[in-house]
Amino acid sequence: MLTIKVLGPGCDNCKKLAYLAERAKTHLGIEATIIKVTDYAEIMTYPLLSTPGLVINEKLVASGRIPSEAEITTFLANALEAA
Amino acid sequence: MTTLPARAGSSASQRTIFLIALSGILWVAAYKLIQPLANWVSYTALRLPRDSRLGESLAFFLYDVPKILLLLSGMIFVISIIRSFFSPERTRALLGGKREGIGNVLAAMLGIVTPFCSCSAVPLFIGFVEAGIPLGVTFSFLIAAPTINEVAIVMLFGLFGLKVAGLYIFSGLTIAILAGWTMGRLRMEEYVEDFVWKVQRTQNALEEKLTWDDRIRQALTSVREILRKVWLYVVIGIAIGAGIHGYVPEAALVSIMGKQAWWSVPAAVLLGIPLYSNAAGMIPIVSALLEKGASLGTALAFMMSVIGLSLPEAVILRRVLKLPLLITFFSIIALAIMLTGFLFNWIL
Repeated sequence: MLTIKVLGPGCDNCKKLAYLAERAKTHLGIEATIIKVTDYAEIMTYPLLSTPGLVINEKLVASGRIPSEAEITTFLANALEAA
Repeated sequence: MTTLPARAGSSASQRTIFLIALSGILWVAAYKLIQPLANWVSYTALRLPRDSRLGESLAFFLYDVPKILLLLSGMIFVISIIRSFFSPERTRALLGGKREGIGNVLAAMLGIVTPFCSCSAVPLFIGFVEAGIPLGVTFSFLIAAPTINEVAIVMLFGLFGLKVAGLYIFSGLTIAILAGWTMGRLRMEEYVEDFVWKVQRTQNALEEKLTWDDRIRQALTSVREILRKVWLYVVIGIAIGAGIHGYVPEAALVSIMGKQAWWSVPAAVLLGIPLYSNAAGMIPIVSALLEKGASLGTALAFMMSVIGLSLPEAVILRRVLKLPLLITFFSIIALAIMLTGFLFNWIL
């Protein structure tokens, strides 16, 4: 079971990233919770300088850009292997 | 530093290079074709007389809309590729340990090339503070990044030429350096929200490794996003501009927007504040106003105010800045914009 966090105050970029993460999750057919983190104090506990940020199992994997769905799928698969 | 596992292929694939070259050729061909095409539609197909107001306005509109949209797609692509070599993380590393003064200059310049969206203003601010970058230097960056806007640069270049686009960049830099440096002198650290000083990070910064294919894909995405956001404003702005071009008499605006009317600069700054989201639509109108006798300093002050003094940005920054600091910040930017407006009216 993976925990995916989308970090960002809720602008278009963050929504798009959350949508792509949802699709990658469905595509892989895995169980994962997607949490949108919009509170800056909490966002800033992760080492990013620009949003949106993507966190899988508490590890920041991308920041300041929207990775493609294929890339997110790879991130998820890697995290599954590591878990 | 955490490094991502390198993805396959660090240089662009041959297919990508071929497609880019092909689009380049098509782009140049299209660019060469629009002027004759606009003239043909207005004067030959629709048979409007060459010196008629309607004919002149229409030809102007049919030429400028595709020209600006083409310039935007081509130049935003190039700018995005350049920006993919800069990241907020790298900028922060470059600014760390720099003194004020030189730090302000460097921060303003990095503000042009570092990818930045206003929703990232807060994490960026906190990250800079965390790295010990002086508040004034951080402000120089936060002013330059949104104010020297890539859409505005491209449109100014397309509608006014290289000189005005250069002046715009130069005045943006001046405003960012001046205002940031002044903010640093005011020693307002106590007006930064308390939680900012308490941020504790558990992981190291992420160093992204991008391949050429990534850079190209990201650049294409930003071209698409920007065009989707601005095309309607560009069309409406150019339509109004074309109307002014054809119908308003020459020199009609000299008395209210010319050099002699000193009050036109502060008035232009005030007027620009509520128009924040429409920079793409404002520039063609300003271009037409200039043609009718408005002075360049006033016009530049107006554009800077439209782009740089944005209410949504203020709302975002309120999360990290207490009200007195936020008000001081925006007042100093407004003052700096007015000063550059007066300066250009005086020297040009």
